[in-house]
Amino acid sequence: MRDRPQILAGLLVFVGLFTFPLWHGRVTKASPTAPDIKLPALEKQCVAPLSYMRNSHMQLLLNWREEVVRDNQRQFTAYNGKVYEKSLTRTCLMQCHSNKAEFCDRCHTYAGVSSPYCWDCHIETKLTARSSP
Amino acid sequence: MKLTRKDFLRLSGLAPLAIVGTKAVRAFADVAAPSASAKNTKRWGMVIDLQKCRQKEGCDLCVKACNTAHNIPQFPDKAHEVKWIWNQPFESVFPFEQTDYTRQAYTGHPIPLLCNHCANPPCVRVCPTQATWKRKDDGIVMMDWHRCIGCRYCIAACPYGSRSFNWQDPRPAIATSNPDFPTRTKGVVEKCNFCEERLARGLRPACVEACKEEKAMVFGDLEDPDSEPRKLLRSRFALQREPELGTSPSVYYLV
Repeated sequence: MRDRPQILAGLLVFVGLFTFPLWHGRVTKASPTAPDIKLPALEKQCVAPLSYMRNSHMQLLLNWREEVVRDNQRQFTAYNGKVYEKSLTRTCLMQCHSNKAEFCDRCHTYAGVSSPYCWDCHIETKLTARSSP
Repeated sequence: MKLTRKDFLRLSGLAPLAIVGTKAVRAFADVAAPSASAKNTKRWGMVIDLQKCRQKEGCDLCVKACNTAHNIPQFPDKAHEVKWIWNQPFESVFPFEQTDYTRQAYTGHPIPLLCNHCANPPCVRVCPTQATWKRKDDGIVMMDWHRCIGCRYCIAACPYGSRSFNWQDPRPAIATSNPDFPTRTKGVVEKCNFCEERLARGLRPACVEACKEEKAMVFGDLEDPDSEPRKLLRSRFALQREPELGTSPSVYYLV
C-alpha cells in the first residue's frame, strides 16, 4: 500500500498524456486551419442552409439524381422558395462553384474523403481546370 | 372493459371485411384516377422519310448531331463501336421488303437506325436492376447509367442492335465533349434516349433538329391523332422494323 502515491501519480500522468489531443486544442484555443476553399463570388446562398449542405450535400445530390433520372422531376424548390434546376453541372457547377478543384476537391482532400465517382461521367464545365480524378 | 377470449375471436372474424374494404376503396380510386392521367400520357415516336434521305446521298447530319450532343466515343475498332443513331444499308434493315426491281432502287441507300423505344421492350424485361425501364408518361425507354451493372442482358435481348457496351473508358475517344451531358464510363450499356434531356427543356431531339432543311425526321406524340407523325402515317405507307416480334416500335419508316 506504500506505493499508492506513485501509482496514482503515474495514472494521472498517463491519463493526461492519453487525452492530450482532446484538451490541447481547448487550452491553446487553436483549431486546425480550415480548408482553403474558394467560395462563389456572386451567389451568397446555397440551395440549402450551410450546415445542411456541409453534412448532407451527398444525400441531396443522390436525391436529385433519383428524382431527375427515375421520376423526371427537374425543379427543386429551395427552403427560401427559390426554384433551381436539379443538376450537378448546370446548377451547382455552372451557377456557383465554377472551380471544382478549388471547392469540391480541396474540402474532400482536407476531410480525407475519397473522390466521389460523379466525375467518372459528369463533365466539369469548360471554365474549370481539369483536376485529377 | 376486459376483452374476453370469445370476444377477441369474434372481432378477428371482421378482419377479412377490412381487407375487402381497402381493396374496394383502391379499386374505386384506380377507376377515378386514369381519366386525369390518361390525358397527359404521351408516346413519343418518330417517322423517318426515306425518300428525303435518298435525295441527299451520304448525308449523316443526324448521326453527327447526336454524337456531339451525347458525347459518343468514336473507336477505330468496330468491335468497340458505340452508336445511338447510325446508318445501315436498306437491304440489311428490310431484307424482305424488296422485289427484283425495287432492289435496284433501294440497295446501298443507307437508313438511319436508332432505338425504337418499343411499346413492349424486350430489353426492359431482362434487366436485372431496372437500369433500363419504360417511362410511363411518354413511352421513352430510359437508361439509368448509375444503376447499370454491365451484364449486357439487354444487348442480347434487343432485336435491333440498338444497344452498345462500353468495353473501355470512352473519354479519350470523345472528340468534342458537351459538358451539358455526361459521358459514360467503362462497363455500362448505352443507347438512344430520344433526347429526353432536350425534351425536358422543350426542345426537339438533336437528330431531328439537325435535319431541319430536309425534314426527313418527324418527331411527335403517337397518341395524339393530330400530331405530325400521325398525319404522315395516315397518308403514307410506313414500315416498322421487324413488327412480327411484337415489340411495337415507335420509329416508322416511310419508303
